[in-house]
Amino acid sequence: MLSGLTVSERQLSLVVLGLLAVCGLAMIGAGRNDDALGTHGFIVLGVSLGLTFLVISRYFDPEPSQERLSEYYDDPTRAGIILAMVWAVIGMFVGVWVAALLAWPDLTFDAAWASFGRLRPVHTNGVIFGFGGNALIATSLHVLQRTSRARLPDQFSPWFVLIGYNLFCIIAASGYLMGLTQSKEYAEPEWYADIWLVIVWVVYFLIYIRTLQRRKEPHIYVANWYYMAFILVVAVLHIVNNLALPVSLGHAKSYSVFSGVQDAMVQWWYGHNAVAFFLTAGFLGMLYYYLPKRAERPIFSYRLSIISFWGITFMYMWAGSHHLHYTALPQWVQTLGMTFSVVLLVPSWASAGNALATLNGAWHRVRDDATLRFMMVAAVFYGISTFEGSFMAIRAVNSLSHYTDWTVGHVHAGALGWVAMITFGSFYALVPWMWKQGRMYSPKLVEVHFWFALAGTVIYVFAMWNSGIIQGLMWRTYNDSGTLAYSFIDSLVAMHPYYIARTVGGLFFLIGAVVGAYNIAMTIRMARAAKVREEAGTDVPLPRPVATAMQAGE
Amino acid sequence: MDVDHDSLVAFAKSWGLFYLIALAAGVLVYVFWPSNRKRFDRAKKSILDKDDRPGE
Amino acid sequence: MPTFHRRLERSAIGFVLAIIGVSAIGGFVEIAPLFTIDETVEEARDMRVYTPLELAGRNVYIREGCYACHSQMIRTLRDEVERYGPFSLAAESQYDHPMLWGSKRTGPDLARIGGKYSDAWHVAHLINPRDVVPVSVMPRYGWLQRNALRFEDLGRHLAAQRALGVPYSEAMIANAAADARGQANPDSSEAGGVAERYGKATNIRVFDGDPGRLTEMDALVAYLQVLGRLTDAAHKPVPAAGK
Repeated sequence: MLSGLTVSERQLSLVVLGLLAVCGLAMIGAGRNDDALGTHGFIVLGVSLGLTFLVISRYFDPEPSQERLSEYYDDPTRAGIILAMVWAVIGMFVGVWVAALLAWPDLTFDAAWASFGRLRPVHTNGVIFGFGGNALIATSLHVLQRTSRARLPDQFSPWFVLIGYNLFCIIAASGYLMGLTQSKEYAEPEWYADIWLVIVWVVYFLIYIRTLQRRKEPHIYVANWYYMAFILVVAVLHIVNNLALPVSLGHAKSYSVFSGVQDAMVQWWYGHNAVAFFLTAGFLGMLYYYLPKRAERPIFSYRLSIISFWGITFMYMWAGSHHLHYTALPQWVQTLGMTFSVVLLVPSWASAGNALATLNGAWHRVRDDATLRFMMVAAVFYGISTFEGSFMAIRAVNSLSHYTDWTVGHVHAGALGWVAMITFGSFYALVPWMWKQGRMYSPKLVEVHFWFALAGTVIYVFAMWNSGIIQGLMWRTYNDSGTLAYSFIDSLVAMHPYYIARTVGGLFFLIGAVVGAYNIAMTIRMARAAKVREEAGTDVPLPRPVATAMQAGE
Repeated sequence: MDVDHDSLVAFAKSWGLFYLIALAAGVLVYVFWPSNRKRFDRAKKSILDKDDRPGE
Repeated sequence: MPTFHRRLERSAIGFVLAIIGVSAIGGFVEIAPLFTIDETVEEARDMRVYTPLELAGRNVYIREGCYACHSQMIRTLRDEVERYGPFSLAAESQYDHPMLWGSKRTGPDLARIGGKYSDAWHVAHLINPRDVVPVSVMPRYGWLQRNALRFEDLGRHLAAQRALGVPYSEAMIANAAADARGQANPDSSEAGGVAERYGKATNIRVFDGDPGRLTEMDALVAYLQVLGRLTDAAHKPVPAAGK
């Protein structure tokens, strides 16, 4: 894949890697009194030196032919798919671990890095940003080129975005293990990682806008609208919520510029819209492209997709305050958030309904094709969890559900049922196209993955619904004498069986993801073998390629 | 700041609603404008084309 | 209108601006008024700031991710008030950069935990929660007792907080490290300055049971013991303003 870069792109890579290495050195220097910043400096330096070595090893390869310009540039998409699957397995494994910790709290081995509070953000960030983010980058670059009928403007910037983004994820995850966190949920990384992500994001945005401006289609297809909203709004959210003052340039630690009630509102404005624009808009972009493509049917109503786009873009921004019902936040802000959360159901169900109506007439294919079934189930879970979300945003319901496992169940109905399912469905459609194979290595394993994923999601969500509602009711139950009937500990004891059940559900989902990763790896290997055969010009089976099998994207 | 809390809240509550209505109207007009139908139909079907090369 | 939207789509930049405009207004309208909120927030004249040791403890609390399982926000609901104490006021977290209201109660709310248990109970509980609460699912935090607290740079932390609007004085910043040591060792010469600078109500004790060492356990317990006790505002009759 490196010899695909032109000579000037190789030079540019070396310059950028050099700058990155300098940043790493500076962090090591600045962090000599603060081990976390220094450790991150070593990671940055190591990554930049490793990549420099790779670029130099291919530096004198011949310039790629001009023919490449008449093809789409898919190497970063291929690499992105692989990275997403790696993060999926890591993030979900840690998820199962933290779930188990709540049932068997001594699985931490008294090691600081392995305690619940430090592992949890590794799980949340690993699946949201590692798995979800890489999936979004990979698929967006694919969809962008196809719907614009234009090749990416250059070959350097997509690699910068992909590698830079993963560097951010690595810094984030390793930081949590060392105890580095801003404590803002889903925005935990410290200031220098945040600044780095802004740079990466600007380049990502520029790729999008430059490709769109070179497009051969007069109209921008709706999937790109969603991807663009994802890129733009996440940038705004990220910058505002992460405004913080470092203790000094030699400290990894920083303090949020906001405090108290303003900080709470900014955080949940961010938190809820991260759900909206990272976990919804971006993945709706995926849905609007891969679902019609796989079903070989145009989307049911293009107009409806436009209406729901503007509805979601407009209304989600108001909804964040429903995370703060009955708190010290002024009541009118709570009411506003609740109202918009309820109205949000309209564009959300419009999208879910649009997806399902597209499949109407192709149900036999849904029955036979697990890939399409992944997407169908994703649309159903999208409908369920948006309904649940609007419901839980109602103040009276929220008084019961808030602070309980019900919220966790709701999040996972969305994250497992919607985000992960649509991603796996899209990947199973995309992988054979990307590696030029007629099908996945094993359609049977896709089927296995589907049932593990569905069973895992259902077990998990039901366990958390039960535990959340029981918990909420126990906390507010009074006995005849007018005092609280249960102590907090009573409610904790009641949770134990559900915490075991959720661990099992999570484990099922993880097994499914591992099966999926294996299937994708074997498909890549199949493509490799086919390519070798083609180059050898014979039809004779070759010895199994072992060493080179996994290094994809080349 | 000169603007006091109550006037900001009042502004948010009233104009927010007008803004919502105006935006909804704008989107609906755009979506159902007759001459747009052709472009939407083309967009809807264009992604199903089998051609997998950048346009000329 | 349609030509307008078509032009909007033609230039991708226009489209970008439309998305930013449409999405940003919601957040702006909702959040901007909150920055004038001091007009409506209850006044808490007796509000104190965290001592350097408590601030360091707060940072340990953040580092270990305690906020993932413990909220610090008692809602205005009868059962919560009866279980945890008076509901939380906005004024109580006005110096919290960042706030730690939390979103989940795997464990109980901690907004008013200060003073409810002894230091020794907290230390034992943090070293192994199951020694004092047999069915607890909280992790052990034994390393807090083993790790010496890093206190030399606390002055810089206070200075950063002051830059963000927390009313730390020059003297507080200059003496931050000494005050941290003094607060956890009442017999030392450094203890006197703590009460002088931070008020008589400040807890000055050997929090972790070992006066010889200043540990992360000292800091965290000092922080837990001050939760909900920086002001008495919440214990007074409900003020008229606010809602």
